[in-house]
Amino acid sequence: MTEHLPVLVIIIPLVLALIAPVAGRLNRIYSWAIALLATLFSFVGSVLLLHQVMYSGTISYWMGGWEPPWGIEYVIDYFSGFVLVIVSFLAVAVTIFARKSVADEIDEKKIPAFYGVYLLFIVGLMGMIVTGDIFNLYVFLEISSLTGYALVAMGKRRKAPLAGFRYLVIGTVGATFILLGIGYLYIATGTLNMADLGARLPGLFNSKLVITAFAFFAIGFSIKIALFPLHTWLPDAYTYAPSAVSALMASTGTKVGAYSFIRIIFTVFGVQVFLNQWVSVPYFFLIIASVAMLVGSILAIAQTNIKKMLAYSSVSQIGYIILGVALMNPIGLQGGLLHIFNHALMKCALFMSVGCIAYKTGITNIADLKGLGFKKPYSMVAFTAGALSMIGIPLTVGFVSKWYLAMGSLENGMWYLIPVIVISSVLMLVYFWRVIDNIFFKAGDAVKMPATPASMLIPTVVVAALCLVFGTLAFIPVNITGKAVLLLFG
Amino acid sequence: MDVVTSVKPLYAILISLVTVALVLARPNRPVLREIFTVVSALVTFAIVLSMLPWILQGGILKYHLITVLPGLDIALRVDALGMVFALTASFLWLVTSFYTIGYMRSHYPENYAGRSVDRFFAFFLIAMASAIGTAFAGNLFTLYIFYEILTLCTYPLVAYDKTPEALYGAQKYLVHLLGTSLLFFLPAMFLTYYYTGTLDFSTSGILAGNAPDGVLVITFILFIAGIAKAALMPFHAWLPAAMVAPTPVSALLHAVAVVKAGVFTIIRVVLFIFGVDLLKDLNLGYYLAYFAAFTIIAASLIALRQDNLKRRLAYSTISQLSYTILGVALLTSSGIIGSVLHLVIHAFGKITLFFAAGAIYVVTGKTEISQMNGIGKKMPFTMAAFTIGALSMISIPPVAGFLSKWYLTMGAVEADQLALVAVLAISSLLNAAYFLPIVYRAFLKPAVEPGEQVNIKEAPVFMVGALMITSVAVLCLFFAPSVFLDLARMIVAAM
Repeated sequence: MTEHLPVLVIIIPLVLALIAPVAGRLNRIYSWAIALLATLFSFVGSVLLLHQVMYSGTISYWMGGWEPPWGIEYVIDYFSGFVLVIVSFLAVAVTIFARKSVADEIDEKKIPAFYGVYLLFIVGLMGMIVTGDIFNLYVFLEISSLTGYALVAMGKRRKAPLAGFRYLVIGTVGATFILLGIGYLYIATGTLNMADLGARLPGLFNSKLVITAFAFFAIGFSIKIALFPLHTWLPDAYTYAPSAVSALMASTGTKVGAYSFIRIIFTVFGVQVFLNQWVSVPYFFLIIASVAMLVGSILAIAQTNIKKMLAYSSVSQIGYIILGVALMNPIGLQGGLLHIFNHALMKCALFMSVGCIAYKTGITNIADLKGLGFKKPYSMVAFTAGALSMIGIPLTVGFVSKWYLAMGSLENGMWYLIPVIVISSVLMLVYFWRVIDNIFFKAGDAVKMPATPASMLIPTVVVAALCLVFGTLAFIPVNITGKAVLLLFG
Repeated sequence: MDVVTSVKPLYAILISLVTVALVLARPNRPVLREIFTVVSALVTFAIVLSMLPWILQGGILKYHLITVLPGLDIALRVDALGMVFALTASFLWLVTSFYTIGYMRSHYPENYAGRSVDRFFAFFLIAMASAIGTAFAGNLFTLYIFYEILTLCTYPLVAYDKTPEALYGAQKYLVHLLGTSLLFFLPAMFLTYYYTGTLDFSTSGILAGNAPDGVLVITFILFIAGIAKAALMPFHAWLPAAMVAPTPVSALLHAVAVVKAGVFTIIRVVLFIFGVDLLKDLNLGYYLAYFAAFTIIAASLIALRQDNLKRRLAYSTISQLSYTILGVALLTSSGIIGSVLHLVIHAFGKITLFFAAGAIYVVTGKTEISQMNGIGKKMPFTMAAFTIGALSMISIPPVAGFLSKWYLTMGAVEADQLALVAVLAISSLLNAAYFLPIVYRAFLKPAVEPGEQVNIKEAPVFMVGALMITSVAVLCLFFAPSVFLDLARMIVAAM
């Protein structure tokens, strides 16, 4: 059975996703239990896969035994294995968190359907990670996108359906660009397997078809990962989605998009073309990324709604990831990959702790957080840990990735990027401190807060603690991403 | 030099943290909390003291905890310089723990058994652990971590009263300290790491020959700007703002732990990251020295015009901290000795002054100097101690302040900087001009109402005892400075 593990981590949740809504008809709790079972299975499977990669190298799984490039290939290497473990772990954490949170925020009748869609979303993301086939990538991308629109629209607030619809319109445009890019590459090379494309594309880089294909990929993925200025769908979507959905999407959704983009850039097109022929492309993305890092932070300062503030903060964090990619050197890319991991942890912790406050109270305004530090100490300490991570204080995960990004910048002689990183961090200090100040140092009214259920609190605190653990034992993610970078620079 | 691995420095830090857990685990038990605090201060001091003989023999203690990234370790190291700071901080912490108990008991009688005072002590203990951690940090990275923890855990102490002024002052405090350390200190540390691959302290500096001159100059400027705890102008505004804190906080943190962590870090950077020779080659020492000289004079001039006693003390601190910076920036052996001695002596003198200010406030509720006529007759012990502290600031023998000033002046002469000798002399005059009138007012002017009965009414015994001890220590340091002087000489000898 273990040789089929790469496909099982996808298939089992996929099947369970279809069973969950049906089982939910018997008892609502069954649909949640099935979701938990599915994510747990994926997580254990992912860890086993990464373990196998560490001992015996890259796993190539041929779907139905068909040899690539004719058949669909699933590839588990250091990069995909690493991202797979992150996504499946956070999926487990958020699923545990979701039981009470979703029961509070979503209409009772919709809950079975919710968990079905929720699982499909995770399946889509995991599929995007493992697949080595570019069209299969598109299929999973659409699965995760369509379910994503639906999940956002399930929010309690009246604006949620509108936010979901906006996301749908913009997201579909992005997906269409990606589909066109895939089509053009197929016309140019006649293959859809990523590794095969990587072998055939060199020599075709002067072809207008291939150049257009890359441009379409660039635009499509920029929309999907909400890279400034194509980020407009993101703030509303994260703000109005149910708390559990915000936590899951913010921590995994854009990260997997970034993962796929990196795959396209490094595995399909290859780093050489960006270093030798299309040299202006990385520069262009460096500028965009720098602007995103600053503008995202500035817009975050202006927010009064804490979920929206975190959403804009995501916009700036995506800038960090793309900065690492666009530096086009190993150490910078390592910073970018580390930031995928780090930002996933921090944002998940932050959104979950905000979800803990919103539980039964619906509080999302920063001004309403006054005095909560002593009423909800655990979730607020978790929030603080996440916030310090975002700022990049040493011994938190945020510090590690910024350190590598700064090294990557100097490696290219781009010293002027360091002030950008530093200023963006200080801006984060500004908007996070405003919240922390309200939480701990302003007196609130004497209203009693409903107790936070342990099932919400424990995953929140665990993920927040991991921000500190992996900030201190930073060599663990650093070693894995180091190997992933070697692979991508091949 | 003998380097030995030892867990002792780690214990010295952990004791306070364990006490935090104990204090928080048994809430609303004031007596228990007092016992915990005093015992932990005693144990910390004892541990630090137990390491002293080995250091005085020229040994070094090391302890490696974790490697975060290659070249970024969390490690502890006890050497002569670290010992000087740790010894000062842990001794004064012991004294302050008594003073704090007295102050909090009489100033917050209704809350004293409550959780907010529990938290106050908890943060105080964390601050202490991080001050000791700063002293024993084995490399710049570890030092930076403790430096930041110190900022974060003192914020609640400054904001303790939760009045609008307290919150505003605390905010200013945080923005200045955290802002500068993220904007400047962290990038400076990063540049050092990028060019040398390490952040370990070395007696000859680690940067020499590893980076282009332009980078070195920028790194140096970033370091000096980033270490705002040293309150070098124009990064000093947080210090007067932080005076809204309860007096024990002002005393220990803003005369000893926080500001001394700042100048300590500057000494570390100057001597152990850049190294004397490199700074001499780059001519950066003189720029720093003149910068410090400017702060010395300017802060003293501002202090002259303050009527609030704590604010006057705050500006005096800003000025005195720059003595330490000036000394090390001279890059001569007497200058460095003077700098290290001043770090200790100013701590003892200034904490005495703050203790006295707090005692006056607790007993009479007075904060302005113009209200303090005749207060020496009511509180003779307090004001006598205050006078000794003031004389130490002015640096008149037989008070310890004279000693460090002497070495600083010699250092300036060695460096052929007669202008700086003049600055030191003028500063002494200015110190006299703003401290002696207080003493005059307290002892010689009659109280406002002529018919008022003069009764001796001193502060609680814990407070008066504490300030007597520190003022006697200031005198003792003049006659028997040998431990600190030996340690300072060892630092210079190792260069």
